[in-house]
Amino acid sequence: MDILLQQIVNGLVQGSVYALVALGYTMVYGILGLINFAHGEVVMVGAMVALTMTQLLAASGLPPLVILLIALMTSAGVCMALGYGIERIAYRPLRNAPRLAPLITAIGVSIVLQNLAMMFWGREYHAFPALLPHSTHMLAGAVINDVQIIIVLVALAVMACLLLLVHRTRLGRAMRAVAENPSAAALMGVNINGVISVTFMLGSALAAVAGIMVSANYGIVHYYMGAILGLKAFTAAVLGGIGNLRGAMLGGLLLGLIESLGAGYIGDLSGGFFGSNYQDVFAFFVLIIVLIFRPSGLMGERVAERA
Amino acid sequence: MKIGASAPLTGPQAHIGKDNENGTRMAIEDANAKGITIGGKKVRFELLSEDDQTDPKTATIVAQKLVDARVNGVIGHLNSGTTIPASRIYSDNGIPQISPSATAVGYTAQGFKTTFRVMANDGQQGKVLGEFAAKNLGAKKIAVLDDRTAYGQGLADEFAKSAQASGAQIVAHEYTTDKAVDFTAVLTSIKGKKPDLVFFGGMDPQGAPMLKQLKALALDVKFMMGDGGYTPKLIDNAGAAAEGAYASLPGVPLDQMPGGKDFSQRYEAKYKQPIQLYAPYCYDAVNVMITAMQQADSAEPAEYLPMLAKIAYDGVTAKITFDDKGDLKGGAVTLYQVQQGKWQPLQTMGGEALAEAR
Amino acid sequence: MRNVPDSLLRHDKRHAWIAFAALAIMLLALPFATDALLGRGWVRIVDFALLYIMLALGLNIVVGYAGLLDLGYIAFFAVGAYCYALLGSPQFGLHWPFWIVLPLGALLACVFGVLLGAPTLKLRGDYLAIVTLGFGEIIRIFLNNLNAPVNITNGPQGISMIDPVRIGGFSLGSTHELFGLTFPSVHLYYYLFLCVTLLVIFVSLRLEDSRIGRAWMAIREDEVAAEAMGINTRNIKLLAFAMGATFGGAAGGLFAGFQGFISPESFGLTESVMIVCMVVLGGMGNIRGVVLGGVLLVLLPEALRHGAGPAQHALFGKTLIDPESLRMLLFGLALIVVMLVRPAGLWPSTQRRRELSPDEDVVHQEQDTVYDSSK
Repeated sequence: MDILLQQIVNGLVQGSVYALVALGYTMVYGILGLINFAHGEVVMVGAMVALTMTQLLAASGLPPLVILLIALMTSAGVCMALGYGIERIAYRPLRNAPRLAPLITAIGVSIVLQNLAMMFWGREYHAFPALLPHSTHMLAGAVINDVQIIIVLVALAVMACLLLLVHRTRLGRAMRAVAENPSAAALMGVNINGVISVTFMLGSALAAVAGIMVSANYGIVHYYMGAILGLKAFTAAVLGGIGNLRGAMLGGLLLGLIESLGAGYIGDLSGGFFGSNYQDVFAFFVLIIVLIFRPSGLMGERVAERA
Repeated sequence: MKIGASAPLTGPQAHIGKDNENGTRMAIEDANAKGITIGGKKVRFELLSEDDQTDPKTATIVAQKLVDARVNGVIGHLNSGTTIPASRIYSDNGIPQISPSATAVGYTAQGFKTTFRVMANDGQQGKVLGEFAAKNLGAKKIAVLDDRTAYGQGLADEFAKSAQASGAQIVAHEYTTDKAVDFTAVLTSIKGKKPDLVFFGGMDPQGAPMLKQLKALALDVKFMMGDGGYTPKLIDNAGAAAEGAYASLPGVPLDQMPGGKDFSQRYEAKYKQPIQLYAPYCYDAVNVMITAMQQADSAEPAEYLPMLAKIAYDGVTAKITFDDKGDLKGGAVTLYQVQQGKWQPLQTMGGEALAEAR
Repeated sequence: MRNVPDSLLRHDKRHAWIAFAALAIMLLALPFATDALLGRGWVRIVDFALLYIMLALGLNIVVGYAGLLDLGYIAFFAVGAYCYALLGSPQFGLHWPFWIVLPLGALLACVFGVLLGAPTLKLRGDYLAIVTLGFGEIIRIFLNNLNAPVNITNGPQGISMIDPVRIGGFSLGSTHELFGLTFPSVHLYYYLFLCVTLLVIFVSLRLEDSRIGRAWMAIREDEVAAEAMGINTRNIKLLAFAMGATFGGAAGGLFAGFQGFISPESFGLTESVMIVCMVVLGGMGNIRGVVLGGVLLVLLPEALRHGAGPAQHALFGKTLIDPESLRMLLFGLALIVVMLVRPAGLWPSTQRRRELSPDEDVVHQEQDTVYDSSK
């Protein structure tokens, strides 16, 4: 029983990590209908910038939380600039191009970011300093530590803030208008380019937050970390219904749970024929089943259509 | 004289690939500084280093490129998955190849005359590790994890076989990937089987977070890896969680070898970083090749190949002689443990290489 | 007739024959010229380029014609390669002849294509993309893990010592002397791959102008309208997956024979993405464009490998950035720049071009009618 509970805790933590990254995908998709495949790399840059800041400030003697805050601000700033740049250079000129053209530029951006990061930060794996409290708690036989609790809470808080932003503010209304019908929104006086830029910057700031959370949890960063994380988060976003904020959260948590329960129990369920090596097969299998019955994800399509 | 070298210089394993290149380059620069005479002429060695991107297809392209450049021999590749397809091309062209780090048994079992390695293979290393876990550490219930790469799976399977033969019980065999960072799910299910030792067949980028998560899950077991874990990075990245972890490395500790300490000091001075993993093996591989050329008094592959096959060379990692397949004879393996934040040698096991070297 | 080279139509027959003969001679002499000028490594690169052209043309049927984004296409390549490897290597001690194994691999890939297609018929766009991506990963994971409890694929260790392609007693794996010329193994494979590539191009051309090809394009443009016109969209979509997969499987078999060693790491997601890049970058739906895309994306990284270091020396007198880092960086930049300059691909299909920019004639017609009615 305590093993099952532990697996659920593991799944929720891992799922929150996916959800944080998936929210970034979904923000952009909700407005533009475009999968920002470079999002995973922005997460990586966020983590790397934060690493550099903490290394610079390590000798300053500031309390860890202050260092973390400064690192967060800097890396969010860098990521926002990066997000703005990516949109301006790689996506905006292609807004009326065939649907797959931005996919290729996104792949190009990913390759460029990865290689730039390799030049700046080297090929090594770096240890990410433990700035958040790491003390562990027992929860009915399952272990959870502070960082993990913080990750779950941050993911929920970010989702709540985004929901408020999209549904309760002027900017949010403009976003929904652009998502619904860009030309009509422009006629109504919405600055489409401005709204899209802001969306990208918001998504990228989220990526920075996600990057720091992931690094703080696993304690290790590397220029290649964005690729696999981005892929998983993308899967999570689609599972929940891409473009839907609640869907991204749900998809993330679900994917995390499927993975940990799959890895934990596949062996017992299949009489030892399949093991934890089929964890991803199991996850994709669930995804395919879900999409067969609900072709646009668990919670449906884009934000605007629901609003 | 051209010596080819190939390893992944981009991608997730680039840090180890670069380390290989550094070791190779150092040996070549040393040889040039010493001034080697072959066939009555003073020769200069030139390094041609290529990026194989850990991709088998790229590896064959790179191999062909090195062959075109008329290299006299090749040091590489890093992974078994690239070394094996490339070896066919080197063999077709009669060019001797010494891999410093490919451990798959299959590499030298293809029947090619040009394949050599200065590293213990999975069979040799897994055997020693399994015996050490079961006999020296007294592990009764062992959980095995591997990263589903050719290296990790090969080593883990050999380890499991040997541990069972020595009387231990394998209570769980779980899997991860070489890109994962979250192992809580598999570690939790391992925890349910209550083992007293966890063996991980894989590399340090996974090993470090795995150690941390073991501690976080309050799983109080001994932790053991193969040569993929014996890196300074494992300790840097796992911090206090690395304390007490075991890892192995083929050969004898550098400090105990003539020229070993000197090598590591010069390496650090030159590249401003400690040795990552296989640089000493690359260094040895180059020197073995050059010695064979000297003995044959020719750098022509066809002429020095027979000398290479029967070489006896005192390297910085071991006394190097090859068996008829091209595998390192004897294959001593040293066990290390992290003590007070440093890798400390515990014991060197198996192999006449050691006895002769001492 | 749209895809018949314009030169064939415009000029008289004699000119056409001269152009054709020149192209044929060029293609026949290519491996020898490459070998002499650039070295044998480049012949091997050209061989790989041909393999990727086959793959890109196969994917073009799915993505370019039928408009279904497939991010797991490499799985079919893997199925073909493993089929060849298992039936022609010491793994099971089987050494079936090449002319049985290769079609069998293609057929098996075709079955997998239908298997993938069937559950995904209802999905569109990005949902389809992620499901196909998942399918590709599932195949790779199975190949990587089917070494226990029963050893089928030899797991991550891969399968080595695969038989080279043999036609009768003639092995393509070794050097032969023919007509007074020396044909090394890479040259022989070049001719084999060239034949198969030409066959694939021929089949693609015929498909494009057939009822099936038009049905695919109708689905791509408007599925509902296509259905209303009486097209059986389910069967036609399945056919696209099956045809694409067949080409992929055949290419996989050739790859296994050529390489002599395969392991699951050759069939990862990045490979699938790379093939999609070839199709889109070259020009979706246009055979010439796709061929160009395949050639470019195989040659470019290799050209950069050779050029990145020396170019820096020439420009700055020393190596500022590791050539290998620069290589992939420039490759990424090239993808971005090409798409920005030519969003529809380097060589888009004429029909697509018409869709993108409203035809001048149509605009005039519309204006005319407006003018007429107001009169």
